[in-house]
Amino acid sequence: MSTKRQKRKQPLPAPGEWTFELIEAYHAEIDRVAKNYGLDTYPNQIELITSEQMMDAYSSVGMPVNYHHWSFGKSFLQTEKSYRRGQMGLAYEIVINSNPCIAYLMEENTMTMQALVIAHAAYGHNSFFKGNYLFKQWTNADAIIDYLIFARNYLTECEERYGEEEVELLLDSCHALMNVGVDRYKRPEKLSLNKELTRQRERAEYLQSQVNDLWRTLPTPHVKAQAVEEKRFPSEPQENLLYFIEKNAPLLEPWQREVVRIVRKVGQYFFPQRQTQVMNEGWATYWHYTLINTLYDEGLLADNFMLEFLHSHTNVVYQPSYSEPWYHGLNPYALGFAMWQDIRRICENPTDEDRYWFPDIAGSDWRETFDFAMRNFKDESFVAQFLSPKVMRDFRLFAILDDDKEAKLKVSAIHDEEGYRRVREILSDNYNLGSREPNLQVWNVDLRGDRSLTLRHQAYQRRPLSNDADEVLKHVARLWGFAVRLEVARDDGSVEVLQECRQDRRKTSDA
Amino acid sequence: MVRIIDRRFDSKNKSAVNRQRFMRRFKNQIREAVADAISGRSIKDLDNGESVTIPSKDLSEPQFHHGRGGIWENIFTGNDQFSSGDQINRPQGGGGGGTGKGKASKDGEGEDDFVFNLSREEFLDVFFDDLALPNLVKTQLARIHEYKSQRAGFTNDGTPANINVVRSLRGALGRRLALSSPYRGQLRELQKQLDELLQTRSEDDPDVLQLKDEIGILRAKIEAIPFIDTFDLRYNNRIKVPKPTTQAVMFCIMDVSGSMDEDKKATAKRFFMLLYLFLTRTYEHIEVVFIRHHTIAKEVNEEDFFHSRESGGTVVSSALEMMKDILHSRYLNGAWNVYGAQASDGDNWENDSPHCRELLADTILPFVQYFAYIEITPGEPQNLWREYEKLVGAHANFAMQHIEGLPDIYPVFRELFKKKLA
Repeated sequence: MSTKRQKRKQPLPAPGEWTFELIEAYHAEIDRVAKNYGLDTYPNQIELITSEQMMDAYSSVGMPVNYHHWSFGKSFLQTEKSYRRGQMGLAYEIVINSNPCIAYLMEENTMTMQALVIAHAAYGHNSFFKGNYLFKQWTNADAIIDYLIFARNYLTECEERYGEEEVELLLDSCHALMNVGVDRYKRPEKLSLNKELTRQRERAEYLQSQVNDLWRTLPTPHVKAQAVEEKRFPSEPQENLLYFIEKNAPLLEPWQREVVRIVRKVGQYFFPQRQTQVMNEGWATYWHYTLINTLYDEGLLADNFMLEFLHSHTNVVYQPSYSEPWYHGLNPYALGFAMWQDIRRICENPTDEDRYWFPDIAGSDWRETFDFAMRNFKDESFVAQFLSPKVMRDFRLFAILDDDKEAKLKVSAIHDEEGYRRVREILSDNYNLGSREPNLQVWNVDLRGDRSLTLRHQAYQRRPLSNDADEVLKHVARLWGFAVRLEVARDDGSVEVLQECRQDRRKTSDA
Repeated sequence: MVRIIDRRFDSKNKSAVNRQRFMRRFKNQIREAVADAISGRSIKDLDNGESVTIPSKDLSEPQFHHGRGGIWENIFTGNDQFSSGDQINRPQGGGGGGTGKGKASKDGEGEDDFVFNLSREEFLDVFFDDLALPNLVKTQLARIHEYKSQRAGFTNDGTPANINVVRSLRGALGRRLALSSPYRGQLRELQKQLDELLQTRSEDDPDVLQLKDEIGILRAKIEAIPFIDTFDLRYNNRIKVPKPTTQAVMFCIMDVSGSMDEDKKATAKRFFMLLYLFLTRTYEHIEVVFIRHHTIAKEVNEEDFFHSRESGGTVVSSALEMMKDILHSRYLNGAWNVYGAQASDGDNWENDSPHCRELLADTILPFVQYFAYIEITPGEPQNLWREYEKLVGAHANFAMQHIEGLPDIYPVFRELFKKKLA
């Protein structure tokens, strides 16, 4: 931080209780400093809410509006319980990737905390949402709130028309597939409320006709079975189960397809957040730290404010080591904050080691490097690109190899010369959703036979599916309407059918 | 440019809908928890909610995850002892072994059961649902109003029987005074003139005669004002006001003679609880009087009522006598709604049963809202039953049921209140 404190100004008052005037005053200063650092943000909308509303927002996946579902009620109860018991403080803030960017401040926070949250959420996260390529490509900040309102209204309408039970069952099934309902590689269309509304009906009809195409390929009874060349459907394996079901499940009603689509869109919306935890939280933490410290250096903040601020900040970036009972893996705030700080250090005061490891950025302009890194990476690539030996040493990182065929665990690499690359590689892979989550694909539909759907799990490193896979399979069968099969393709090339879930809805609906 | 919005006062309880959905979905588990709670609670301990535990497997939202097994390679922090190539034993319990990665779902908590609290209202709702009371009955249960007729001033119309004479005549008098007052003024004036005139003139003077005529006309006018007119009539006004049903007393009478074993007592307890619950829905304040009896009756506290052991013969009338005394001395000031519940195995001293019936019919039933008798016996009804049967037709507020075991209790309870409302 710059140490020029010659321009002593009157510090802003820092009472325990916040007021609207003070929030505005603090915001104005933070905004000024953020602009000086060149942070590019959506306009801010700061909303003051109660702790109960915070729990509400929490339990509906952090969105200000959402459709109704029992699982949100469950998570509300969970949150409420641990909050009441004091097991868990609520998050200081929730910030929504929308334009304007909505940040929630909780009523119970002190003035210091409000300032911290403004810097963290309204400038840190906000600028990340606006700049990072994943968010730019996959989400549309202008439309998300409108879309969620559309979704909630649509589902309410469905409940009225088809009954709450029916909609709930459908949502259950969709939620079960939410994490395999995202396009990992393909770019989605932008959301737009008007488009959704005007084209929703058209789409429904169109989709139904598409499905009829699928039916048309069925052999009619009087045509003799002929040796038709086995036509694969889908022609290539599909990674997005929900998308495939929305477009191809033969028995779904149009409204059901729309619901599948809504769940898919919402899941897709959160996909970038899951891929940029370390970067995003680290970035926001870095900026609240930097912005507040800059204000302090200018003499705008009182000492009691800084002490409380540092106390909170330290808690946020605390990283217990593996042997401590409260160890829950790497703290993304801690790792992210350390990495961003380290990047700035490499830019400003590079050592020989840094010059060797990071010839491109050592000694470069830190603002430009930051901007480049923030815009063009996700956790996986960010770690692979920027995790320096110094951070690995500071965190004393080490890798454990756990092979269930071996009797013992093995330390495969540590924070030393031989281990740096390996540790970095493994950590990067840990953040790769593609290897962290099972790889499931729509493999085949038996078009000429029983119309059964085959899902294939491409087992990576012999990792099996968890036990609730058979429950999920039932959900798939409910959506698909016919038998569903789950098979596993192992690394050695063998394929085995794991389970099958029969469901012939035609019989019940024809009866 | 920033917008700061105060949202603290809008949309509280946004999650209420989701909470209801959750409750509906796990109705069965919640119902079980409520049933368990009832058996463990005191009769009066119903003002609390209940904490409900649901096994986490029932709650799970399944997703495709990795399970244990295969090859995992993970990064940890804080290396304090390891070098590359070290072999380590697997930690017991699978804690930090790294294979847990796939289980790091958002539910984090792992296999713990899910516990949450039902509010009192929710608790009771489930309880009543359990009784399978039809909705109509439920709303009727919630609205048992007693009316009493009460004076409410006077009205301008009504039935002749309700004419209030004093009020009506007072009105008439006032009207007459008001209507005649201008004439009376003139009258007084003329009379004065006449008196003055008579000082100087004779009776036959034409002026005197003219004054006398005028006076006569005025008197006639005053006379013509009707003594009473229809709009003078005032009627006593009576309105029905709901009697505030805020407090009730519930008598629990139980036979604790040797023939009542623990099972029967447990059944009786259920029954009393149910009645108590029903009353809490209707009344704000409830007192419970526990009377137990064998050959003599005794008023006791709840603990003794259910748990102390007695033996000996049975004289049911002793308990009814005691109920009557307590009822008449403490609860007959009009402020109490009285309910009675009696549980027995029906095995009474033969000559006492007719006496019981008379006691009930003459000194108790006229004063209680409702009296229910259950006979807990596995076999044929006993003599008390046969006597009580004679009361059933004659008294609408008396009901009796035969219970063989615990499973009968809900239907019986339902039956009782159906009867009440029929």
